[in-house]
Formats: sequence, structure tokens, C-alpha cells
Amino acid sequence: MIVAQQKPFEEIWEMIKDFKKVLVFGCNTCVAICHAGGSKEAEILASMLKIKASQEGKEIQIDHAAIERHCEPEFFEPMMEKARSYDLILSTACGVGVNFLSERIGNIPVYPALNTSFYGAVPEPGFFVELCAGCGSCILHLTGGICPVARCSKSLMNGPCGGTSNGKCEVSDQIDCAWYLIIERMKKLGTLEKLFEIQPPRDWSTSRDGGPRRISLEHIRAYEEKEEKSENKTEAC
Amino acid sequence: MKSGSNLEKIIASGQMAVTAELGPPMSADPHEIIEKAKVLKGFCDAANITDCQTAVVRISSIAAAYISQQAGLEPVMQMTCRDRNRIAIQADLLGAAALGLKNCLCIAGDHQKFGAAGKLKGHPGAKNVYDVDTCQLVGILQKMRDQGLQQGGDKIEVPPKFFIGASWTPMGEPMDFRPYNLKKKVDAGADFIQTQGIYDMELFKQQMEKARNLGLHERTAILAGIIVPKSAMMLKYMDSSVAGVTVPKPLIERMLKAKEAAGDDKKRAKELQEQEGIKITVELVKQALEIPGIKGVHIQAIEWESAIEEIVKAAGLYPRPNL
Repeated sequence: MIVAQQKPFEEIWEMIKDFKKVLVFGCNTCVAICHAGGSKEAEILASMLKIKASQEGKEIQIDHAAIERHCEPEFFEPMMEKARSYDLILSTACGVGVNFLSERIGNIPVYPALNTSFYGAVPEPGFFVELCAGCGSCILHLTGGICPVARCSKSLMNGPCGGTSNGKCEVSDQIDCAWYLIIERMKKLGTLEKLFEIQPPRDWSTSRDGGPRRISLEHIRAYEEKEEKSENKTEAC
Repeated sequence: MKSGSNLEKIIASGQMAVTAELGPPMSADPHEIIEKAKVLKGFCDAANITDCQTAVVRISSIAAAYISQQAGLEPVMQMTCRDRNRIAIQADLLGAAALGLKNCLCIAGDHQKFGAAGKLKGHPGAKNVYDVDTCQLVGILQKMRDQGLQQGGDKIEVPPKFFIGASWTPMGEPMDFRPYNLKKKVDAGADFIQTQGIYDMELFKQQMEKARNLGLHERTAILAGIIVPKSAMMLKYMDSSVAGVTVPKPLIERMLKAKEAAGDDKKRAKELQEQEGIKITVELVKQALEIPGIKGVHIQAIEWESAIEEIVKAAGLYPRPNL
């Protein structure tokens, strides 16, 4: 899932303090699981901002709302009319949600209340860790299911650098050396020899290319188009 | 000859090679490089010109290597994967070759969080590159030199002729993988290898045996890295904090003894420890050169270049061959 963290409160306050009518708008999918931007967090943030506004003597109407997902139009379409009555949307969705809503809402600014951080898992409640970099060219079958792109501080592809110490990375003893983990895992799987092959320079165009990366599923689009046409036909009848 | 560098010639002649290290300054003043080059000249076959080691901004390796070459000391320029993508790397390699540089050591580079182990501010907020890793970088150099092709496939009219080096941390973790780590660099095209500093010669012998069993000593020239110890404190620090380095207790105790012999006289303690450090280095150099498959030593006297002369002479490695 996408893991995000709320921005420092003062930074959020600086963003919103000159607006008159603000909607703190939460998303109940990924960012709710990481306790950053679901309906509960949107409500708490709205309350804190109201208190701050009253302390600062600012008259700002601050409301809150949340929907299931900010990355698909059908979820926020029913909210659109209400959202357009505000002069600022303070989104507690991830960066995808902020972009997506900005494109659709018209001349109303959408500001981020979160710092979108990484794709991660929840090994234990309240703890999140990045495990995938979304590089667009997966090699986990070659590295024992442990990603060196996301988890090695240098994204090395051919084994550890000289900085491994007690299984930790040279950057910090709080960071596992990804290559240490990969090697130990491959030993257990009996596939260590896979690591003896040189991985050539990667084609990073799947990771950072010209403009946003897109995926188009033609069969799904063709199906949807067909469905739409037949619906129109039925309506015309 | 692949490059025709002095280092390559000495290795090819079967004589033990000696390389040293020259760290460029954090300023635009070339004189420090020239001075250091003068001190090292004649006592090593080539000197590594570090590429912003510990992620601190210094005169670039290529520029400093050129200055060193002009001053009469053959440089081993370094190229880290940290700061450049493959376009910048190859452009710099072409430029370096055009300037007459002939040795290049490929390394990953210390992470930008390092900032001289916290002694300087550094640039911990910098964005690192790591478009390619060391192994891939070695392969790029070889492809450029031997096939006359850029990594992307475009032709190079006049290929850069480098003697290609890579580093090896034989006692890094996981230790049983390290010989294979070396093999990958050799397979990629490393002509010579400089190891991380070695104090535990017994452990290094074991790793060298594994490297020999893979036949690597015949395909690359392994130079054993020796970091000249200055004090007991430095040895303790290296042992506890530098990855892939273990210092046997007797060595630390020898240094402590040297320090204690001076009593409260701090100046004397420094002198005695430095003398002991040079003695230890000479012993380590001699031991390393006896290990089958070793083709030379890489002696790092960090910010203490003047120690090299005494070490090389005492180790019986002077005068250096003139080929």
C-alpha cells in the first residue's frame, strides 16, 4: 500500500491560514491504514486547525469529510458539488489523490496535508516499511524476493558494497543490509548461484521516463466502450 | 598492453606493485596535490586519487589526477557510482583518457550520509545516482576499451584505454560470498583489485585461498590494502567502526604499549605510536606479499603521505622499477 505521514502541523497551518472555507478531505484506503489521512485523521486535523484558528483570531470555516478512495473518479464524484463550495481542499489523501482531485475540481486549490512516503507493508501495528520502489521492471525472482532497488541504500544490483557490518548497512545500524538478507535467503532457498551472474546495467526507462508512466489495458478499455455504447442504445430505445 | 600505464607495466613484468593514495583538498588550490605528489613520487608505482571520499566535496578525481600526472606521479583516477549516471561517467572517462590518464578504479562510493563520518557537514541531503553499480561500471569501461562501444551501443572512434581496477572487501559480510563478489568484478573485466585495509592477515589468507580456488589470482592482479595505523585510537576505531575491517588484539596492544611508553608526554606518545604504526605496516606488507596470488600492495597513509617513503624502503620495495 501507499504509506504517508502527516506534514508538521505548523507547515499545514501556514498553507491554510489565509483561506476562509476549508475542507479537510480524507481518503479511507491506504492512508487510513497508516493512520495518516483516513476519516478519523481528517476529523482530528480539522479540530486541531479550528483550535489553532481560534487561538490566532482567524475566522476560518473548517469542515471535514472522507471518501473511500481518491484515485478513482466514481468515489469522489458524489462529493464534488459539496467540495466545490469550499475555497481550499486540504487533502489527506496520498499525492496521487491530490493530483487527481486537482485535475477535476476546477479553480479550487487542493493542498497536501501529507507527505507521501513509499510503498510499504505493516510488519507490526504502527510500523511501516518500504519494500518496493515501483521501478517497473521486477527482479525479485533473482534476489530471493528481497528488492535491492528499494532496500539497498545504493540500489546495487550485483551484490553488497564494502559497507556491510553485522548484517546492517553502512548508512545506519537501524537499516538491514539488503544484500546480506538476499544472500542469506538465497542460501536457504538453495539458489545462491543465481547471484554469481552479472546483472547488466538496468533499463531505468521503466522507472523514470519522460513524463508520467502509463499503462493502457486495451481489452478492458474496448470492453468498457462497448458496454457504454450498448447502454446508450438501450436508453435511446 | 591494455593501457600502457606504469602500473600495468609493473604488474605485467611480474614485479610486486606498490600503490599509494592521494586525497585531493577541499579547495581550489592545486598546490597541495603537487606537494603530496612530490612526496609520493618514486616510492609508489601509482597513487589513487580519491573521488570525494566519505562523500565530501573535494577537487574532482580527474582534475587532481591530471595535476598529479603533470607533477610526475602516475595517478589511478577513481570513479564512483554515487555521483554520476552512465552518460556523465562515460563523458568523464573519455575526457580523462583524452587528458592522458590511464588507470581507473571503479567503486560504489561512500553513501552521501557519511559526510566524513560526521566530522564535516557534507551533503547528507544530496540525491545519489547509482544508475550503475561497480560491477556494471567495470563492464562499461571494458566495453569502451575493448569493443570501442559506449554502453548504449554507439561507436567510439578513439576508445579510452584504461587499466581497469575495482575494490574488494575480502572480510566484509557475508564472508563466504566475498570471493564470488570478487569473481563478478573480475568477470566484468577488472584488471587489478585493491582490497580494503587488512590487519587480520590470517583471515585474509583464508579469503585469498578461496579466491585462488576460483582461479581469480590468475585473471586479475590483487593488491593487498594496508592502511597505515597512526595511533591505538585509530586502530580501535577501525576495528569497531569500519565495515569489513577487523584488527587483531595484539596489534592494538602493541600500539597501546607504544603510547604508554611516553607517559604524559603527548608529543612523544604521538611519535612513538607513529613509529610503531610504520613498523606494523612494514610487517603487514611483508606478510601480504608472501601470500600466493598477491601481486602487490596498496598502502594508504591517510593524510600522512610522508610515511610511504620509510615504509617502502623498510619493506625492501625500494627503488621502484623504472620501466
